[in-house]
Amino acid sequence: MKHEAFDVIVIGGGHAGCEAAHAAARMGTQVALITLDATKIGVMSCNPAIGGLGKGHLVREIDALDGLMGRAADRAGIQFRLLNRRKGPAVQGPRTQADRTLYRLAVQEILAERPDITVVAGEVADLLMEGDRVRGVVLADGSEIAAASVIVTTGTFLRGVIHIGDVSYPAGRMGEQPSNRLADRFSALNLPLGRLKTGTPPRLDGRTINWEGLKSQPGDPDPVFLSFLTAEVTAPQVSCGITHTNERTHEIITRNLGRSAMYGGRIEGVGPRYCPSIEDKVVRFADKTSHQVFLEPEGVDDPTVYPNGISTSLPADVQAEYVHSMRGLERSVILQPGYAIEYDYVDPRALSLDLGVKAIRGLFLAGQINGTTGYEEAAAQGLVAGLNAAQFVRGREAVHFSRTDSYIGVMIDDLTSRGAAEPYRMFTSRAEFRLALRADNADQRLTPLGRAIGCVGESRARQFETKLAALDAGRAHLAGESWTPRELAAAGFKISQDGGRRSSLDVLAFPDVRFADLVRLNPQHGETAGEIGEQLWRDALYAKYLDRQTRDVETLRREESTRIPADFLYEGVSGLSAELQQKLSRVRPATMAQAARIEGMTPAALLLLLSRLRAPRKLRDAG
Amino acid sequence: MDTIYALASAQGKSGVAVIRISGPRAHNAVRALAGDLPEVRRTSLRNLRDGDGGLIDSGLVVVFSEGASFTGEAAAELHVHGSRATIAAVLRALSMRPGLRPAEPGEFSRRAFENGRLDLTEVEGLADLIDAETEAQRRQALRVLSGALRERTENWRERMIQAMSLLEASIDFAEEDVPEDVLPEVRSLLLALRSDLHAELAGSAAAERIRDGFEVAIIGPPNIGKSTLLNRLAGRDAAITSEIAGTTRDVIEVRMDLGGLPVTILDTAGLRETGDVVEALGIERALQRARMADIRVVLSDGTRLPGVEIGPEDIVVRAKGDLHEGSGAAVSGLTGAGVTELLARLADTLSSRVANAGLAVQERHRLAIGVAVAALNSALARLNDEAEHPEIPAEDLRRAVYALDALVGRVDVEQVLDRIFSSFCIGK
Ligand SMILES: Cc1cc2nc3c(=O)[nH]c(=O)nc-3n(C[C@H](O)[C@H](O)[C@H](O)COP(=O)(O)OP(=O)(O)OC[C@H]3O[C@@H](n4cnc5c(N)ncnc54)[C@H](O)[C@@H]3O)c2cc1C
Repeated sequence: MKHEAFDVIVIGGGHAGCEAAHAAARMGTQVALITLDATKIGVMSCNPAIGGLGKGHLVREIDALDGLMGRAADRAGIQFRLLNRRKGPAVQGPRTQADRTLYRLAVQEILAERPDITVVAGEVADLLMEGDRVRGVVLADGSEIAAASVIVTTGTFLRGVIHIGDVSYPAGRMGEQPSNRLADRFSALNLPLGRLKTGTPPRLDGRTINWEGLKSQPGDPDPVFLSFLTAEVTAPQVSCGITHTNERTHEIITRNLGRSAMYGGRIEGVGPRYCPSIEDKVVRFADKTSHQVFLEPEGVDDPTVYPNGISTSLPADVQAEYVHSMRGLERSVILQPGYAIEYDYVDPRALSLDLGVKAIRGLFLAGQINGTTGYEEAAAQGLVAGLNAAQFVRGREAVHFSRTDSYIGVMIDDLTSRGAAEPYRMFTSRAEFRLALRADNADQRLTPLGRAIGCVGESRARQFETKLAALDAGRAHLAGESWTPRELAAAGFKISQDGGRRSSLDVLAFPDVRFADLVRLNPQHGETAGEIGEQLWRDALYAKYLDRQTRDVETLRREESTRIPADFLYEGVSGLSAELQQKLSRVRPATMAQAARIEGMTPAALLLLLSRLRAPRKLRDAG
Repeated sequence: MDTIYALASAQGKSGVAVIRISGPRAHNAVRALAGDLPEVRRTSLRNLRDGDGGLIDSGLVVVFSEGASFTGEAAAELHVHGSRATIAAVLRALSMRPGLRPAEPGEFSRRAFENGRLDLTEVEGLADLIDAETEAQRRQALRVLSGALRERTENWRERMIQAMSLLEASIDFAEEDVPEDVLPEVRSLLLALRSDLHAELAGSAAAERIRDGFEVAIIGPPNIGKSTLLNRLAGRDAAITSEIAGTTRDVIEVRMDLGGLPVTILDTAGLRETGDVVEALGIERALQRARMADIRVVLSDGTRLPGVEIGPEDIVVRAKGDLHEGSGAAVSGLTGAGVTELLARLADTLSSRVANAGLAVQERHRLAIGVAVAALNSALARLNDEAEHPEIPAEDLRRAVYALDALVGRVDVEQVLDRIFSSFCIGK
């Protein structure tokens, strides 16, 4: 069987794959999305939620570039909460509990709207290569599909092995086959592979939980959405329950530690520290007698409950015993036991900033295969790979994100320059320009870029223009009027009387002042739309700090813009220590900024590199 | 782009010291210090003054325009007298200017590269140059950093990271099992840290003296025997002594070892009201140096000295003890009477100052610690409000830690995360 040729092939229908396919299509290329089971496109393998701290930022950035994750999550949202609501806007993260079925269907619908995406069900067994260039894929049935570029987003499927206690078997995730032939191909291509692991808790039947007397956590009364386009809630809303482990739970776990796959020494992969199994928690924090467990409904019409906080690789009978030891869960039925999964990942230092494999032209990797964990991290990489695969096909320059413009940039820079020693997850503390890179201004940071490269559609562009115009007008209005200390005091603002006049923008930056307070100075401000006023306040709140950061941003941008050629020869650069030569040859930093972050780099070594980078140009100039 | 400055000639005492400034504000800085901007590429003599208008030194100023300097940027060189005090005063005056900061190691050369100012041969020769440069830098840094200062800084950083991790945990893991209110602990960590940094700053002046030497100025009215005393102290004819009042117009320096401490004794012009313009200049300079000295030895004949304030640790002695009888300590440069006692008293005073010396010996260290203290202050001010916006003090702490990075290696968010994961049970 022979398929027609595509511009871009995406392998895998997970969060990275869907976002990659959609992005490449928005860029005007013909895309084939090949995945094992077309009905499982958009499946959430683990917890039924999208967004959160750092992660919500990523979703907003994807959305600002017209990606699909935010829209799909809002359609499936059954409980919206803005995390850190009581802290400042820079560290607030929108999150929604998502109905697993609704989410999957929303993703499939959004993909189906695009005629330029063809879904192919099948297992990719191999890559078609031509020298150092990828030319397409070979399916397990032997058929071939040609394409100018291939994006691999196979998640945990490469040599995946599931562990439940002392039982282990190969699987990509529960109930699905692993992709071992593709993994073999990667080994043959000399891609650096490593091993990681992650786990998931047992799923419970909500109808057998005694909710009586359990604390419940409702959503926010005024939901904050993940997409800039969403205006209202569409799915029914639910609450989560909260229960706790207790001393008996811990005693059961301690007694059975030897039977845990992890503690029995059957797993070698490294797991995420921020997502420890319950075994881990009990061992490492032995003095804690109780841990919180959130009981999250997986859907409106689905009785399945996801007990967030007790992921495990203990045998099924032990899981039942400790689950039953918790309040409210005494008679609960386990629908599917928890498990740990171990899988191969590719050391992301083998990738350049566009997520292309350095050694193979046209081949891009995105998602968990790069050592990350989480839907949002996967989707954000999918977006970057999708955009760049399209650019590659068109022969255009790669699209790079910077630490100074986005969490996406922070993540890709972290991954490609430091690799992933443990599964990588986004946190707000990873972004040094956190006060500037906020979830609320993701559109202002990225939508113009998206417009310029062509991945943002007309309707979003128009909506964005309207918002931007309102913001500009509002800001100009605030900057254009000013008040004497006396006038400010009369309006009830605490201020020392010795200063000069202050603009309304300055007043907005006072501690404890909110936009609504400005009405006391000028009633016209009452007419500014709520969201616009809020946005102006958020910008004003950090103004002083943002000014201070501008210099750091400039320095970093300059270093980021000094590229180091991929084939640069570090060996034999006199003056560079052998150790640094080796390190640099291994990491192959893409820019001076990345080189500077390599452990052991000295200012002198950087200078030396810079001199080598300039030398050829000098020679040409001289000749 | 920042404007950077640094001592370009060798550290320590020398005949002439060259301070280099490069960047967009270099010319502004020269204008501020020298009063005007001399013609480019012409050596010009100027009086250099600090922000308060106090005279630091008079020296040669050379200004280079953008595109025609070593770095390719607007630049300047100040050639001043190579004494520790003068260099420090010039560097300090520069550090006060907005937009100026001390250069990082190798930064001048680096800028020269970035602006394409080094030609091919220089580029090729650079490897050796850098090797030499780094070796010297390494040895220099090692001297300070091996041991005490490094350990101390590591300890500060450790505590700073502890405070940051508490704050960051309350931000990034708000939904998890982290302690509800971390603020009291953060606050007490920061308060303790701030007082340690303060103590270090207070001790740093003494530390700098241990490295570069103390200055002791001999002052008094004309012809009272200051030069004779200096000669006696130094055991050789350093200053010209004559019977004509006002011989010592300039400042004469003699370096000696006093109880293991390096000390420079300054002989200054005699102080009196005068109409002679040249003598007045000498007197102004004498006063300037006397004020900056660590201790003043006042040779007194009982009359009041114009323009000097005498501190509690300054030493007042009766001059020409061989001639004048009277009570109180007396000294005679001529006979040597009282000189041993004077030296013992000086040594005493100086060693008590050294007793609480800090380890931050360089201006760069002090600036770094100063920035860290400022950032801590700002964080503490914010933490006292009920912390609605913990991300703001967190930003201050990030700056504080970056400032300490100037002293030792780089802190990185991974270290903060490490701390969080080892202290709290994170993970729903
Ligand atoms: C057991 C488990 C526990 C997890 N726990 C957590 C957690 O606690 N916290 C957290 O943040 N994240 C967790 N995750 C991670 C999260 O689910 C993933 O990070 C995210 O879904 C990765 O997205 P992806 O697109 O990279 O891969 P996936 O969503 O795994 O998608 C991979 C896709 O590739 C397809 N595929 C694979 N091989 C082939 C092939 N050869 N040919 C064609 N198609 C192929 C698959 O069918 C699938 O559609 C967990 C994942 C698993 C499996």
